[in-house]
Amino acid sequence: MEVVLFYIAASVSVVSTILVISRSNASHALVYLIVSLLAVAVVFYLMGAPFAAALEVVIYAGAIMVLFLFVVMMLNLGPSSTAAERAWLSPGMWIGPAILTFILFLVMLWVLIGIPDSTSGVAVTPKQVGERLFGSYLLAVELASILLLAALVGAYHLGRRYMRARREEIG
Amino acid sequence: MMTAAEIPLEHVLVLAVLLFLIGLTGVLVRRNVIFLLMSLEIMMNACGLAFVAAGARWADPDGQIMYMLVLSLAAAEVAVGLGLVLQLERRMRHLDIDAASELSG
Repeated sequence: MEVVLFYIAASVSVVSTILVISRSNASHALVYLIVSLLAVAVVFYLMGAPFAAALEVVIYAGAIMVLFLFVVMMLNLGPSSTAAERAWLSPGMWIGPAILTFILFLVMLWVLIGIPDSTSGVAVTPKQVGERLFGSYLLAVELASILLLAALVGAYHLGRRYMRARREEIG
Repeated sequence: MMTAAEIPLEHVLVLAVLLFLIGLTGVLVRRNVIFLLMSLEIMMNACGLAFVAAGARWADPDGQIMYMLVLSLAAAEVAVGLGLVLQLERRMRHLDIDAASELSG
């Protein structure tokens, strides 16, 4: 029964991801991307990773997608930008890359067919993850925090100049 | 001990590969920077899925820890990337990535 749920969630995520890269309107694409991320969260939960599923919903579908949405609304992409996107999305544009990546998919499929195995069927609880994270992976946590601090400073620097120029334009 | 579904591992990995390749197609096809960033997110999410699947195979927390590191990398990349998008829009007045080729001088 749960395996059937996996196939349903997997097809939802693949279909909505294909819709993400084929939309010409950025906000529509974002909504499909959120659907795709929620479907992947369901897959995480079914595989026995409830903590990863919660992070996927809270951080990916929540925080990161809201960041995207803010920027899309700030830039105020109008109908002209949607029309330009539609022109770029002519079949001549995407057929080449689609065929090339499909060949890559077939190669990976050939490689993966050799492992008839299944997930353990045992869930890894958030407690186990936390113990390992702040035990043997403590250094990785510190490095991740330094990376996020660097990103914070960089984003502030880039955004501050934009906002100042924007204020001068307005008056 | 909590139980979970026993899903064929190769099917999860095929799903991860499919999502990654859809994201790769998006990077190759789209010219709008916002869509490029979204495609990068799709690809990173597919990598995270592969990590969590491997962790679920051996009932080990390491997979989820690697997923969290991928998540923080994705958050950092999006923050800086969207800042660059704002700068690109201010200087070039549109979001075509090819406009940034002027940077090469």
